[in-house]
Amino acid sequence: MTVGSHSARTRVNLKAQRLPKWAPAALGAGAIGVAALAVHATGFGGPVLTGVTAALLFVVGLAVLSAVVEGGRTSRDRIATSLVYAAFVLALAPLLSMAFTLLSKGTERLNGYFLGVSMKGVSAFDDAGGAYHAIIGTLEQAGIATLITVPLGVLGAIYIVEYGRGRLATLIRFFVDVMTGIPSIVAGLFILAFWVLIVSPYLNNGRPEYSGFAAALALSVLMLPTVVRSTEEMLRLVPGALREGAYALGIPQWKTIVRIVLPTAAPGIVTGVMLAVARACGETAPVILVALGNPAINFNPLSGGQSSLSLYVYEQAGTASKYAPGRAWAGALTLVVLVLTLTVAAKLLARRNKLAR
Amino acid sequence: MAKRIEAVNVSAYYGSFRAIDNITMTIEPKSVTALIGPSGCGKSTFLRSINRMHEVLPGAKVDGQLMIDGQNIYDRDIDVTAVRRTIGMVFQRPNPFPTMSIYDNVVAGLKLNGVRRKAALDDACEKALRGANLWNEVKDRLNRPGAGLSGGQQQRLCIARAIAVEPQVVLMDEPCSALDPISTLAIEDLIAELKNQYTIVIVTHNMQQAARVSDRTGFFSIDSTGEPGRLIEYDDTAKIFTNPSVKRTEDYITGRFG
Ligand SMILES: Nc1ncnc2c1ncn2[C@@H]1O[C@H](COP(=O)(O)OP(=O)(O)OP(=O)(O)O)[C@@H](O)[C@H]1O
Ligand SMILES: [Mg+2]
Repeated sequence: MTVGSHSARTRVNLKAQRLPKWAPAALGAGAIGVAALAVHATGFGGPVLTGVTAALLFVVGLAVLSAVVEGGRTSRDRIATSLVYAAFVLALAPLLSMAFTLLSKGTERLNGYFLGVSMKGVSAFDDAGGAYHAIIGTLEQAGIATLITVPLGVLGAIYIVEYGRGRLATLIRFFVDVMTGIPSIVAGLFILAFWVLIVSPYLNNGRPEYSGFAAALALSVLMLPTVVRSTEEMLRLVPGALREGAYALGIPQWKTIVRIVLPTAAPGIVTGVMLAVARACGETAPVILVALGNPAINFNPLSGGQSSLSLYVYEQAGTASKYAPGRAWAGALTLVVLVLTLTVAAKLLARRNKLAR
Repeated sequence: MAKRIEAVNVSAYYGSFRAIDNITMTIEPKSVTALIGPSGCGKSTFLRSINRMHEVLPGAKVDGQLMIDGQNIYDRDIDVTAVRRTIGMVFQRPNPFPTMSIYDNVVAGLKLNGVRRKAALDDACEKALRGANLWNEVKDRLNRPGAGLSGGQQQRLCIARAIAVEPQVVLMDEPCSALDPISTLAIEDLIAELKNQYTIVIVTHNMQQAARVSDRTGFFSIDSTGEPGRLIEYDDTAKIFTNPSVKRTEDYITGRFG
């Protein structure tokens, strides 16, 4: 036997039978057609049931067809792919539906007037009023909370990752985990009992003072664990080789952290902080408890009741006036746009420091 | 200003595991010393004990004395950052700082140790990059990211970064193992030049490389896994590679493992 015939006989076959490219599309169209005839046309179900039936028909049909033509492994691959796409669509559906509802109902009242006036003196019969006071409240409360939380949270994470060895670090991590689970109403009650009722009387001639600052404190309690945990994860992702490279140049540890580790982790840290900010902007319960709300504009976060956008939405949704629901939707849209803008701005800012590739 | 390093009974531990045992050797100034030996015999560990990088890992510690200029770098009153500035290190994998430009990478050691004058930094940057044979390739793109260079260029960038702080000693842990033959040659040429100014210790798995670049060679080995690594033989490179006095060295060099 020659070498040539030997290699020819045992030549590896790398080709496989494949369904034609148009087969899945055709099958999909067929499944929709059959489902429409069997379910929709007979009046057995509506569009949703038709869709589900079509999807099921498609998956089963594709699996069988593929198993016959292409074999078992490819068939399972096609089933898995279909399921992944289905899960994606299911996950996306509520999001798109919410965005659509928010846009269609929120844009009705959202205009310069709405953004520029408060609710002071607006009665149930007035087609007027806006969210200016609430926007100010949200910006001030979330801003102060961020100013408090970011230094504390980032420093805490630096301690856990870079310095903490042994018991104390483990303990801190544990308490941060516990804090993550604190319901916002409990954070609000804590600040009400601790700050408003015990501390603030000393600063205000013996009378408790409800304020935007108290709300910011409560929001800080909620933001802190998120900031610590996400910063911690990001710091851990920075390769040890970078730290060693810096140490080998005789750079002290704290400078290595400030000038090399933190900049490397910055984009991730910013993402974590923005998640926390977004959560804080949406919190209502603590604001009701310790800032009370206020229909008028109050720029001073240290004294007097203050509203916030989420509180505004809550109030308007429960107000007996035919104009209130429109204001609630507009407030909700404002809140979403505000958080989105802040997130995008923060990400751009974090990216600008990175060198252009 | 290169310095002599004297290791006296140096042992290093990872937790309770002793990775190297009682290493005693004198590393001559203005020379290249190669450390060779089978994988896991503690070459890297010993190298990292020379500039106190070993203790960066949790649980790691070093026993014994490492003398430079008559001072034991493991004494209590030693400033670790000063030790590391005197004894620079180049790692096996290039590790440029990803958020920094080429320029900032090179001057990182100076800048973060307080040198502010732009002119001084510019001079140091050019000098170090020329010293690392990289200047011509990057002089037009000093403010591009350091991570955007090729592997060999990144490694030379790391060498430039290490020599920019003007150390007395440069430690290199398999600096060419991730590089192509041409970059390897560039770095070997560089080592030959650096020798005029610095004391160089290089770990390598490449016998030819050790024979080419080094003046003296230390052969490390372990008796079996779990045992600490020991210095088996330490002599002039020419002698180690032609006429070693220990049988194990000869076996290792000729390819009969041991
Ligand atoms: N971080 C670590 N933790 C625990 N043990 C370690 C660690 N690093 C190395 N060791 C052990 O120490 C011993 C010496 O390792 P070292 O890295 O110094 O070997 P080496 O001679 O550099 O090997 P190679 O040639 O493969 O790089 C080995 O047994 C290794 O398993
Ligand atoms: Mg090694």
